[in-house]
Amino acid sequence: MELLRFTTAGSVDDGKSTLIGRLLYDSKSIFEDQLEAVEEASRQRGNEDVNLALLTDGLRAEREQGITIDVAYRYFATPKRKFIIADTPGHIQYTRNMVTGASTADLAIILVDARNGVLEQTVRHSYIASLLGIPHIVVCINKMDLVNYSQEVYEKIISDYDKMSKVLNIKHSVFIPISAKVGDNVVKRSKNMAWYEGEPLLEILETIPIIHKRGSEEFRYPVQYVIRPISDKYPDFRGYAGRVASGIIKVGDKIRVLPFGLESVVTAVSQTDKTLDMASSPESITIQLKDDIDISRGDTLVKVNETQPEVRQDITMDICWFNECSLSVNNKYIIRQTTSETLGIVRSINFKRNINTLEKETDVSQINMNDIAEISIHTSSPMVYDKYQKNRITGSLVFIDIDTNETVGAGMIK
Amino acid sequence: MKNSITHLKELESESIYILREVAAQFERPVILFSGGKDSIVVTHLAYKAFYPAKIPFPLLHIDTGHNFQETIDYRDRLVKKLNADLIVGSVQESIDAGRVKEENGYYASRNKLQTTTLLDTIEKYKFDAAIGGARRDEEKARAKERFFSHRDEFGQWNPKNQRPELWNIFNGRKNIGEHFRVFPISNWTEMDVWQYIYQEHIEMPSIYFTHERDVFERDGQWLAAEPCIKLKPTEHVVRKQVRCRTIGDITCTGLTLSKASSLEDIIDEIAATRITERGGRADDKRSETAMEDRKKAGYF
Repeated sequence: MELLRFTTAGSVDDGKSTLIGRLLYDSKSIFEDQLEAVEEASRQRGNEDVNLALLTDGLRAEREQGITIDVAYRYFATPKRKFIIADTPGHIQYTRNMVTGASTADLAIILVDARNGVLEQTVRHSYIASLLGIPHIVVCINKMDLVNYSQEVYEKIISDYDKMSKVLNIKHSVFIPISAKVGDNVVKRSKNMAWYEGEPLLEILETIPIIHKRGSEEFRYPVQYVIRPISDKYPDFRGYAGRVASGIIKVGDKIRVLPFGLESVVTAVSQTDKTLDMASSPESITIQLKDDIDISRGDTLVKVNETQPEVRQDITMDICWFNECSLSVNNKYIIRQTTSETLGIVRSINFKRNINTLEKETDVSQINMNDIAEISIHTSSPMVYDKYQKNRITGSLVFIDIDTNETVGAGMIK
Repeated sequence: MKNSITHLKELESESIYILREVAAQFERPVILFSGGKDSIVVTHLAYKAFYPAKIPFPLLHIDTGHNFQETIDYRDRLVKKLNADLIVGSVQESIDAGRVKEENGYYASRNKLQTTTLLDTIEKYKFDAAIGGARRDEEKARAKERFFSHRDEFGQWNPKNQRPELWNIFNGRKNIGEHFRVFPISNWTEMDVWQYIYQEHIEMPSIYFTHERDVFERDGQWLAAEPCIKLKPTEHVVRKQVRCRTIGDITCTGLTLSKASSLEDIIDEIAATRITERGGRADDKRSETAMEDRKKAGYF
């Protein structure tokens, strides 16, 4: 059984929480005591029906205000797959939450209210999904029960969305007409929309191919930790522990250690006491090399005969800013990329992206919380990377505030 | 090229990655060990992550003094097998030192008191990262928890201060006096944990399996009849065939009537069950936001 991670985007009023509640409820992933607790809470709040949205809103403040504030992770499984949902808020002021939830997603569900069609927020959500490199986008046109299950309404929305997505360069979109409240086409096929020839949402989630292409085909291995037992049993053992970011590694492969460039040959690939013939993404393994060269956390192993990553100190990237302290030119930050850390200084703000109209705004002097922009930085030591659209692991980084230690922004290298 | 990998393999890979990040980013990490299945799996994952070196952190058990004896026995056996270092933080000592006050009444429990003992012990040994087996599916307040959860200098969890976690990048930077709680099995469900235990042939404490015990019924749950719980006049002790689905200490662990005697039986039972794992935890029932409130005060 495989694991699929997906994100859900939509505003409070689009019925996103109801959709998740429906998925959990209809796939029998809600337990009796959770349902009881929600029935009780619904009663106390004066909701007539069981408010499925209450199944997903956890924190006290949220329950009181009735909106989701943070990224919440929900879990359910069917006999076909295990699912992790990164449930994120839809309001523009929580763009950073959506970016966070989207960073590890294999698929994005974008919710559209059938009565309203494609809105600015639809554009925004789709743009973020595309920016974060999510391979599949599923557009759920919800509340079909409120538009009389009209095929005409549905087709018009698809047409509007297609026009918009050409501009965004979105790869793969699936459309489904649903009603989360009533349960049509979420788990069970709708009896009210015989004209829809596709599958219900859950079936799509269960069968869509999981592209374990977290990146390119090239082998990328950020060294995480050096295992040196120095015990009687293993006096000379030196293993480079890490998680394969992309590609494949086998015993006998010739590798190069970047950024410095020394080379060696792989003598062992193992997981605990098991030696492996080969390893690939996203496995956590230990690699042993023939030569005793100086390798430490932050170095990246690559294969000699494959396309090499970039090794540079001047880097251009798209960013999403998370913090109240805005970003301006000449600001310094700690930059964390894979397992390495360096200092970076902002050289230029190239443009800010208006995420509702998708227009570029130039002549911007600062980037504020929830903004998306393109900037260029200079780092104090060379960074080993691939473009983000090619490799989500080696092409991503975070900005850390030197004084407060907070994670203040995310970057996707271009 | 598509690499197909099972969900357990992917979850295991992720957890090992997290454990290695802890070893790399912190100076004095520790594994919070309760003897429950989640901390047993975390310890097993740590063994795998650093093999063939020894696990580079000690195990810390916060002992309320109200543990099932079987849990203590299991703990001691495991520590010996792994050649691990064990530190025990004693709630009884905290009570004796006047750091916390014992609860009274029929519903008295030392569960909440553990927080003080935990924070005191973390401070005493200057641990800067405490690794726990909490999972996000367990309870509402944990759904928003990070892998790396920042705690301030009072050990408190503030939901507004938690750092965004993107891709594989974890920010464990902190100021002096602060520490992190790290949860490597955040994405595992109860079923995943048992399937993994089964796959890896991990030995489990006997109370997870069916056994005969003196119990009594209270508020729709079966509790163990032990000296640390005061019985009401209307409550009577009977002998039943029970097992624990989740292990807290004696005062707050609901026992289920069950004949499950093997891992396969347990997995079948969970698949069929209609109550969540923590549904049997009296400590969560105290209020709708019981977990959230305890976490804000520095609980696990």
